[in-house]
Amino acid sequence: MARRRSSLAPALWIPAGLALALLLLPLVALFARAPWGQLPTLLSKPSVLQALGLSLGTAAIATVVCTVLGIPLALVLARSAQWPAVLRRLLRALITVPLVLPPVVGGVALLLLLGRRGLIGQWLPFGIPFTPAAVVIAQVFVAMPFLVIAVEGALRASDRRFEVAAATLGASRFTILRRITLPLIAPGVASGALLCFTRSLGEFGATITFAGSFPGTTQTLPISTYLLLQTDPNAAIALSLVLMVVSVAVLVSLRDRWVPGVVS
Amino acid sequence: MKHVIAASALLLLLAGCTPAPSPEPTTTAPVSSLSGTVYVFAAASLTGTFQEIARAFTADNPDVDIVFNFGGSSGLATQIVEAAPADVFAAASPATMKIVADAGLTSDGPTGFATNVLEIAVAKGNPGSIQGLDDFANPDKLIALCAVEVPCGVAADKLFTEAGLTPSVDTYEQDVKAVLTKVELGEVDAGLVYVTDVLESGLDGIEVDSAPVSYPIATLTDSEAAQAFVDFVLSAKGQAILKAAGFGAP
Repeated sequence: MARRRSSLAPALWIPAGLALALLLLPLVALFARAPWGQLPTLLSKPSVLQALGLSLGTAAIATVVCTVLGIPLALVLARSAQWPAVLRRLLRALITVPLVLPPVVGGVALLLLLGRRGLIGQWLPFGIPFTPAAVVIAQVFVAMPFLVIAVEGALRASDRRFEVAAATLGASRFTILRRITLPLIAPGVASGALLCFTRSLGEFGATITFAGSFPGTTQTLPISTYLLLQTDPNAAIALSLVLMVVSVAVLVSLRDRWVPGVVS
Repeated sequence: MKHVIAASALLLLLAGCTPAPSPEPTTTAPVSSLSGTVYVFAAASLTGTFQEIARAFTADNPDVDIVFNFGGSSGLATQIVEAAPADVFAAASPATMKIVADAGLTSDGPTGFATNVLEIAVAKGNPGSIQGLDDFANPDKLIALCAVEVPCGVAADKLFTEAGLTPSVDTYEQDVKAVLTKVELGEVDAGLVYVTDVLESGLDGIEVDSAPVSYPIATLTDSEAAQAFVDFVLSAKGQAILKAAGFGAP
């Protein structure tokens, strides 16, 4: 049944427009209220630059960790077809949980695991909360699913016959992974990594709960924005703009590739 | 014309379910004829106490619903200025109340209704063996304070300046409750909160010598029920509940 794609029913334009307005207008309001004149002064404050630097640094490390750990997980997930269905669904659900969990809950869970009295934390000779490492861990926790899902989508879409051909020609499993599989899914990895980075950059709830908030150590840009909102709304709006511009720039640079199956 | 419609709508609202009694000022009516919903924005440190006051108030005024929004006072002030629907604002500092008053949003008040003093909160049994304020300067202890953007942070900052101490802080939390959580979970050795928070949480407290901070309250609308709630907070009954929770007299 190769039917031509029918044109959209006119009645759908109204809810579609409303949906777009709901997503877009708050950002428009942010732009409209932005203190453009004071922007250079507000954004060049040492405290702001410090928070921005910390955010960019931790988000970059979190992205590397997500990539290194997430690609193998995606490989396992993509090749789990022969597993029992229950097990496969369970694994997929567990990987997706951080996407739907309130980040604050994630932060509490991390404290209960890695805090001073945590399940694992009580045996560690050093403390994790209130360090930049805690910021990275919180970011990895919330951002990992984005990478796994993006890479798994790319794996499913890739042509497995290349791998089979390489195997018949005597290539080892590691060579196949390095020379065939990874190059094939490279665009998926890149888009997953960029999504990871943006999600890490915007992380707030898990971070403030698990890592706390100390300028230069754990006070990231979103936390700084939240605290500033209490006393200096203009400065908070300026910081929000920075976060928004970075996020939009990253998403536009992805050109839809992060949604499996979409090509533009 | 618009005003007439708005005024009659308001009258209808005030009349509520009962056939409108003439809106004469209620003095000390034994059974209240007040009705409606009162939105109370209150400082995080008032959470338990105001809920208890609301229970006592609604026992006297069964037709009034009290709806709370608790949070850091500065954040609440911002929400009110950005047109959040609040009838009453109870702040943890005169400075945050001033934000709302300066925006011309207070209807009656502000009136001081309680005072609070800072106290060191430590986990049960004081595992970090905190002796007093001096330990806050010890880099080996894990310390949580409120961020200077919220009243408890301002009060803490003032206290350390007066004591000539530079605290070695590990985290600046967004409100008192967040500091308490870090202490309760044992993630920090000590936090500086209000004495009422220590009492409410059941943690151990260590007294410090600090100047009391005043808590102001104000109505933001002409709602009679809102005014009645504020009057109740200031009444002997309300003050007794505040005192039991550790608050000082205004």
